[in-house]
Amino acid sequence: MEILRMKHIKKSFDGLEVLKDISISVEEGEVLAIIGPSGSGKSTIMRCAVMLETIDGGEIEYIGGKAAWTDAAGKVQYADHAALKEIRRDYGMVFQNFQLFPHYSVLKNVMDAPLRVQKRERSEVEKEARALLEKMGLADKADAYPYQLSGGQQQRVSIARALAMNPKILFFDEPTSALDPELTGDILRVIKNLAAEHMTMVIVTHEMNFAKNVADKIIFMEHGVILSEGTPEEVFDESNARLQEFLGRYEAD
Amino acid sequence: MSTAMIFQQLAGGMLKSISIFCWTLLFSLPLGFLIAFGRMSKVKIFGRFRIIRGITKLYIDIMRGTPLMLQLMVVFYGPFFLWGADIGGFRYPAIIIAFSINYAAYFAEIYRSGIESMPKGQYEAAEVLGYTKAQTFIHIILPQVIKRVLPAVTNEMVTLVKDTSLAFSLAYMEMFTIAKQIAAKETTFVPFAVAAVFYFIFNWIVSTGMTKVEEKLNYYR
Ligand SMILES: Nc1ncnc2c1ncn2[C@@H]1O[C@H](COP(=O)(O)OP(=O)(O)OP(=O)(O)O)[C@@H](O)[C@H]1O
Ligand SMILES: [Mg+2]
Repeated sequence: MEILRMKHIKKSFDGLEVLKDISISVEEGEVLAIIGPSGSGKSTIMRCAVMLETIDGGEIEYIGGKAAWTDAAGKVQYADHAALKEIRRDYGMVFQNFQLFPHYSVLKNVMDAPLRVQKRERSEVEKEARALLEKMGLADKADAYPYQLSGGQQQRVSIARALAMNPKILFFDEPTSALDPELTGDILRVIKNLAAEHMTMVIVTHEMNFAKNVADKIIFMEHGVILSEGTPEEVFDESNARLQEFLGRYEAD
Repeated sequence: MSTAMIFQQLAGGMLKSISIFCWTLLFSLPLGFLIAFGRMSKVKIFGRFRIIRGITKLYIDIMRGTPLMLQLMVVFYGPFFLWGADIGGFRYPAIIIAFSINYAAYFAEIYRSGIESMPKGQYEAAEVLGYTKAQTFIHIILPQVIKRVLPAVTNEMVTLVKDTSLAFSLAYMEMFTIAKQIAAKETTFVPFAVAAVFYFIFNWIVSTGMTKVEEKLNYYR
C-alpha cells in the first residue's frame, strides 16, 4: 500500500529549476533515504511533500487523498482547504534544527498539537505523550524547557512531538546535522528503532552508513534529478561512477 | 504658600498625569498591533501597490517625524478649524487621542521588528503540525514576540511618563502645568523639585514593575 506518491514534480525558485521531474513513491512500512550533494534539491522535494513549498508541476498524493495535481492546461491545482487539512494528518516532520516551541515545556511541546489541532482528550494525550517521552529516554525531562536540553535531547523531543500526532509517514530533513558528532548516534538509534517498528519514513541524510543500514530504498539526487534509485546494494554498487565520485568526495571532507 | 500646600495642589495634577499615562497605554498598546499588521500587510491593489502597507508606513512616518506637541495641537484645535466644532470639553479626550495615536506608531514598529525577528522555522513547525494561522500566531508566535519586545516597550513607557508633561501645551491641569503656575505665582523653585521627584518615582515604579514582568518571562529562553 502506498502512503505517498509524488509524480513528475517540478519546482523553480525565481527562474532556477531546482527540481526537474522527480517521482517518488513510499510504501507503508518502508524507509526511504534521500542522499546527494548540497544544493541538489533534497530539502526542496521534502518541503514540497509536506506542503511548505508549492510545486510548479506534477502530482502529490497521500493515502488520505490527492493534495496537488496538474490540470489539462498545465496549471497546478491544490486540494481545497478542508481536504488539505485532512491530508496533513497523514504526515509529520522532524527539522534539522528541531524547531521546538521554546516557551512550552517538553511535555507541552508534545501534547499541544494533539490537544489543540486534533482536539483529543487530555488524559489520553498526556498518557501517550509520557509514553513517547519514556521511549525517547526523556521521561525525567517532561517539565524541562527546551533550552535546558542538549541538542540530541531536543531532537528526540521533536521526534516525540511528531509521533504524538500519529502520522502515517514521518519526514526527517538531516535530523543529525545540527548535532555534535557524539550525539548523532542517539538520534540514529531512535530512527532505527522506529524503522524496526515499521514506521514509514523519508530521511534526507549525509550519514551514508546509516542510510545503507536503515533504508529499504535509497534515492541519489543531483541537480534536481534522480541519478539512481533502488535498494542500498543497488545504489551503492561499485559500478555507479557518479555516486562513487560523490562518496569519494564526501569521505575526503 | 507652604510646601505642604504646594504638594496638595500638585497632588491633583499627579493623578491626572497618571491617568494620561494609563489611558494612553490602554489604547496604544493594542492599536500598535493593528498598525504593525497593516505595516506587514501583503494586500495589493492593481496587482502591485501594497496599499495598506503604504498607508500605515506614511502614518508611522508622520507620527514619528513630527513633534508630539504639534500633534496635540492638531488633534485639539483641528475640529474647530475644520468644522467650527465646539471643543470646550474636548481637551482631555484630545490629549488621550493624540498620545495614543502617537505611541501606537512607536509600538507598531517595535512589534513589527519583534514579529519579523521570529525564525521562519517556528511557523513551519506549527504549519506541519496542523495549527491554523490564527492558532500559530496567538499560541506560538505572540508569546515569544512579547518576551522579545518587552525591553523596548519598557523604554517607551519611561518616555511616556515624561511626555505626559507635554499636555501643558493644551493648558491641561496635569502635574507639570500646575507646577509651572505655582512656580511663577509664588516665585519658588519648590514645585519643580516636587515635579522632578514625582516623575522620578513614577518611572522607578514603571521600570521596576516591567523588570518584574520580564523576570516572570525568564522561565524560558
Ligand atoms: N526558498 C528558496 N529561494 C530560492 N532558492 C532556494 C530556496 N530554497 C532552496 N533554494 C535553492 O534550491 C537549490 C536546492 O536547495 P535544497 O535546499 O533543496 O538543497 P539540498 O539538497 O537540501 O542541499 P543541502 O544538502 O545543502 O541541504 C539550492 O540551489 C538552493 O539555493
Ligand atoms: Mg537540505
